[in-house]
Amino acid sequence: MFDDLRDLYQEVIFDHNRNPRNFYVMEEADRKVEGFNPLCGDRLTLFLKMDGDKITDASFQGSGCAISTASVSLMTEIVKGLTEVEAEALFAKFHAMTTGKEEEIDLEAVGKLAVLAGVREYPARVKCATLAWHTLDAALKNEQASISTE
Amino acid sequence: MSQFPVEKIRADFPILKEKIRNKPLVYLDNAASCQKPQQVIDSIVHCYSHEYANVHRGVHTLSVRATDRYEGAREKIQHFINAQSTKEIIFTRGATEAINLVAQTFGKANIKAGDEILITAMEHHSNIVPWQMLCEETGAVLKVAPINLQGELIFAEFEKLISDKTRLVSVVHMSNALGTINPVKKIIAAAKAKNIPVLLDGAQAIPHLAVDVQALDCDFYVFSGHKLYAPSGIGVLYGKQALLEAMPPYQGGGDMILRVTFDETEYNGLPYKFEAGTPNIADAIGLGAAIDYLTDIGMDNIAAYEAELLDYATEKALQIDGLRIIGEAADKGAILSFVLDKIHPHDIGTMLDSLGIAVRAGHHCAMPVMDFFEVPATARASFAMYNTKEEIDVLMAGIEDLIKIFG
Repeated sequence: MFDDLRDLYQEVIFDHNRNPRNFYVMEEADRKVEGFNPLCGDRLTLFLKMDGDKITDASFQGSGCAISTASVSLMTEIVKGLTEVEAEALFAKFHAMTTGKEEEIDLEAVGKLAVLAGVREYPARVKCATLAWHTLDAALKNEQASISTE
Repeated sequence: MSQFPVEKIRADFPILKEKIRNKPLVYLDNAASCQKPQQVIDSIVHCYSHEYANVHRGVHTLSVRATDRYEGAREKIQHFINAQSTKEIIFTRGATEAINLVAQTFGKANIKAGDEILITAMEHHSNIVPWQMLCEETGAVLKVAPINLQGELIFAEFEKLISDKTRLVSVVHMSNALGTINPVKKIIAAAKAKNIPVLLDGAQAIPHLAVDVQALDCDFYVFSGHKLYAPSGIGVLYGKQALLEAMPPYQGGGDMILRVTFDETEYNGLPYKFEAGTPNIADAIGLGAAIDYLTDIGMDNIAAYEAELLDYATEKALQIDGLRIIGEAADKGAILSFVLDKIHPHDIGTMLDSLGIAVRAGHHCAMPVMDFFEVPATARASFAMYNTKEEIDVLMAGIEDLIKIFG
């Protein structure tokens, strides 16, 4: 049953979808940006706490599919403690993993985000996985307006 | 009624033999676009192989042949929707362009600041945005009649919104997101009582039920070919002749003129006044072939068979725990929009695709409808005359399996 989908829907993804991490409104956030995927109606709000150029805390709210929920949940875990430059570098590697050329993929460099590598085989779902990161990118560039994947 | 010849129909659609992810295709995205029978495909191949040239131009044989076939398609459409004359059948790229045509010609000529255009809360974006654009240009006001939780128009509220300022009522015949079939006769009667013209967006209704524009007494009726088993890129604007005569032209160019000098231009008569440029000849012919195909089967037979499919699907769907049907109108076409508890429609779409089942997951170009039901999106299984109860069983088994896997 759904054997073809094992690469896309790994158990980690189901786990993060059922129990999203850092899923709360951060009252004293330094950055707050909304992301929207008009294709499927996914909306999320990302909150960041900054110390200089370092991300000290991250959380989110919103509703989305399993891929987008797992992606943002994993992201809020992994970016804690990273500097802006490090987070942007990780986004670049994540982007390469989901949409780039085969030879650009460096699964070790993305750590536990590797569970989302399967989306590259599902072009219609890539935006579900990257919405979180586009929203983070906007937050780091301090764009307070909402962003859209379209 | 004798048994509906679904197997014979299926054999006419080559794409239904496709394997998707190594499974037989179960195509349930017909509300987005329908598949094409061999007869339609052949008509296009035949056109380009034997009878293609520009229309209304040359004296040479091929141009005459192409013109005959193109105009023949127009006649078929006239009979199919029972229009009085071929002058009332304007070819467009689709329903969307037809609505934009009315907005930009009839609308600009007749709708002024402070006037009102009345639509419903279940419209497709294509029957919202052209009017918003017109309102922005003219200062007119868009009024929206509400729907209830079953997804039906609240007719009393609709009637209240008809005012002395209403210049046009533009409503969907059958909702693509909910399946609701609107009480269009009542709507038209209410508008006519105040001499207000009515446009019906028939994009979704036309493949599912017999349409008679004279019996309806609508002023405009629009539809797309691609939802009627015909090619994409071709559609129809029906308009009552007197209204069309009075409307300014849409686009300028060849075919829509009688005489051009640098000082002035004399416009062509109907229907050509609204068909600037070389038209979509082959696809218009393809639309004619689709209408022949449907006429052979009979629209009433199709409607009866699809009603059976919808009843069967609805009954099965209601047995699934955690499934909520969005759109439960008493009068409804063969569309099953639904959401599952804690499973996003996009995940449903991908999971079903892995089983060879094509459904739509999204807002169905009807974001206000999604907002009303407080869902970001729905999954939608939409049926056509070539679908079967066995396919519905495959769909329902797939839904039950994916609920299990999501836990």
